[in-house]
Amino acid sequence: MKFAQVISSLYSYFNSSFDWIPSTSTAKSHSPNVYPSLSGKLLLEKEVEMNKEEKEMLLSQGLLQRVPVIEDYVWGYLCRRCGNKKRRWFAGLPCDCGEECVYCRNCIEMGRVSTSSHFLVWTGSEPKWINDHVLKWDGELTFYQKRASEEIKSAIDSKNDLLVWAVCGAGKTEMLFEGLSHALAEGKRVCIATPRADVVKELFPRFQEVLPYVDMVALYGGSQHVDEGAQLVLSTTHQLLRYAQAFDVLIIDEVDAFPFYADSSLLWASRRAKKKESATIYLTATPRIRFKILSKLKKLQTVFVPQRFHGHPLPVPQFVSCFGWKSSLDKNTLPRKFKSWLHEKEAGTRRVLVFAPTIALAEQLADLIPNGVYVHSEDENRDEKVQQFREHEISILISTSILERGVTFPSIDVAVFHAGHRNFDEAALVQIVGRAGRSASDPNGDVVFFHDGKSEAMVEARYSILNMNDRSRKGER
Amino acid sequence: MHCLWCDQKILPEVTWLTFLTPHKIKVLCEECKEKFSFIVGPVCIRCNRPMEGKGKTCYDCERWIAQNPSLECNISVFEYNSFMQEVISKWKYRGDYVLAELFREDVQQRFDEAFSHLNNLVVVPIPLSEERLQERGFNQAEAIASFVNYPSENAIKRIHTEKQSKKSRKERMTSTNPFQIQKPQRSTIVLIDDIYTTGRTLHHAAEVLKLSGAQEVHAFTLIRG
Repeated sequence: MKFAQVISSLYSYFNSSFDWIPSTSTAKSHSPNVYPSLSGKLLLEKEVEMNKEEKEMLLSQGLLQRVPVIEDYVWGYLCRRCGNKKRRWFAGLPCDCGEECVYCRNCIEMGRVSTSSHFLVWTGSEPKWINDHVLKWDGELTFYQKRASEEIKSAIDSKNDLLVWAVCGAGKTEMLFEGLSHALAEGKRVCIATPRADVVKELFPRFQEVLPYVDMVALYGGSQHVDEGAQLVLSTTHQLLRYAQAFDVLIIDEVDAFPFYADSSLLWASRRAKKKESATIYLTATPRIRFKILSKLKKLQTVFVPQRFHGHPLPVPQFVSCFGWKSSLDKNTLPRKFKSWLHEKEAGTRRVLVFAPTIALAEQLADLIPNGVYVHSEDENRDEKVQQFREHEISILISTSILERGVTFPSIDVAVFHAGHRNFDEAALVQIVGRAGRSASDPNGDVVFFHDGKSEAMVEARYSILNMNDRSRKGER
Repeated sequence: MHCLWCDQKILPEVTWLTFLTPHKIKVLCEECKEKFSFIVGPVCIRCNRPMEGKGKTCYDCERWIAQNPSLECNISVFEYNSFMQEVISKWKYRGDYVLAELFREDVQQRFDEAFSHLNNLVVVPIPLSEERLQERGFNQAEAIASFVNYPSENAIKRIHTEKQSKKSRKERMTSTNPFQIQKPQRSTIVLIDDIYTTGRTLHHAAEVLKLSGAQEVHAFTLIRG
């Protein structure tokens, strides 16, 4: 008996199945859902705002269930909130119950949970949403966008996983509209999650515009919104730590962006947040190695969007060797080749965006380039400077990697200074190239990597861009 | 081994000394250790505040002396800095109990240096009110007291009031005494708390203990704020 228990717990430990989440039973579905805000949530007992009698009543009816937060194994623990299994991220704490409790140190910023904490999980019926949504969008999709849009729709219907590998500037959001409105009309609950809060802020008004009758909410650190049982949830991946088996469709935008790929608890939470039978759609321009392998092995269905929305190919980066840039900077001069490139650009009408690998180097360059301005992640005036650049008040902007994703400036040329630095990995470089030539009226842009020795990432990045342009030219899968 | 604060791997250095002596477990990596600032150099002889000139008392202590205080002196281990602030807020307010281990060794050492000449020592941690203890789950002063090799007594009780750290200096200095005696002590007492800022809390506690018959009351705090 004991042995069988150990085996089954071993299995659940390594398989990280989510069997501990009580399922919403269909038998109770006649009960009216008076607590839509609890549905699909994973909240601690103290986070549920409810008076005591009401709570006791719901518990006795089985509409709420108490679930321990930390799972105790013979050899260790599992935090069911953040998925932490590491021994050293658990510690003991003297407790009221007289014994020593164990708490999770990994997710302590969200409030401490210990072996004496419990979740309250709603097991009554789900909220029902009104089903006659109208998509208020009359734009046209390109051939590739249309194909991806159809694939997304069929993945949602068949509850499969799908990787949408779309180049920067392919118009990913537009590809989602069709599938989204289809899923919402069927009464499915949908979440669009992304690692970056600014993407959530940008997407929310766009979705409000095209889906005006949908109950939707935007969740990110510091947002004022509260999910009261919205059908469409736009959130950062961090917010998924508060959901369990909530969504029929989970769309993860920019899967390869920080911190999602580096933080295993976010990946874990995203798996927990969707229902057992659900569709997951990953959107990215630069998948990490794991997704590439899965895609190559045909373990993960993949659809390519190799062309930008305006139909023009991605600019191919030029490699310009720039040896001895360090000694020129030490002498307070710009490297000759870089300088002449800048001069050439100054004569033209386009603005210039220069990427530097470190804050120190960005600062140094800004000193040497007349009317050059630099931004970095801790810059207080960051948004202001970016806005000035957009409005042509600044003609040369020097940036660290913070502007590599998600920003769109029409008509710019891009230079990467010291492109061989290890801060520039393949994904970063491809994203940087994607900043150029984004508008339909000026679809070209000059992209130059200044380097003192090619790095593998540079070569890989160029290869991947050429590959995408090739696919687009041939018009094949 | 991993650093308890930054989770960086700690590689033990191998020298003849470490090779031949018993293995000592490190909780902090060198980088994090350097960020703590110990109290060194001249300090106020009563409250341990770093100041110019040896063997003097600071302005605030002059004012305490005028009130004929029950507290003899305070000994602290660390100065307050931004790193300490980060650690304390995670330890106390987030409730990462195990972080107390960061201080164990230094607390032991400093306490022995300062008080080993006293006889019949009893350690009294500053209590939290019932409500605050519920909220936090542990008393940080008790955690510090547990590192010291002397008997510890919960001699006093605290009635719930507003947090000291939320008050202005003036409000603090005029606040009423929140402590009541629970077990009167006759011996020499060392009060233990996490931080000495204005000294108001410790002086209140000392007053209550002295009135109920304590011989002498000293204080030991982790940080001189």
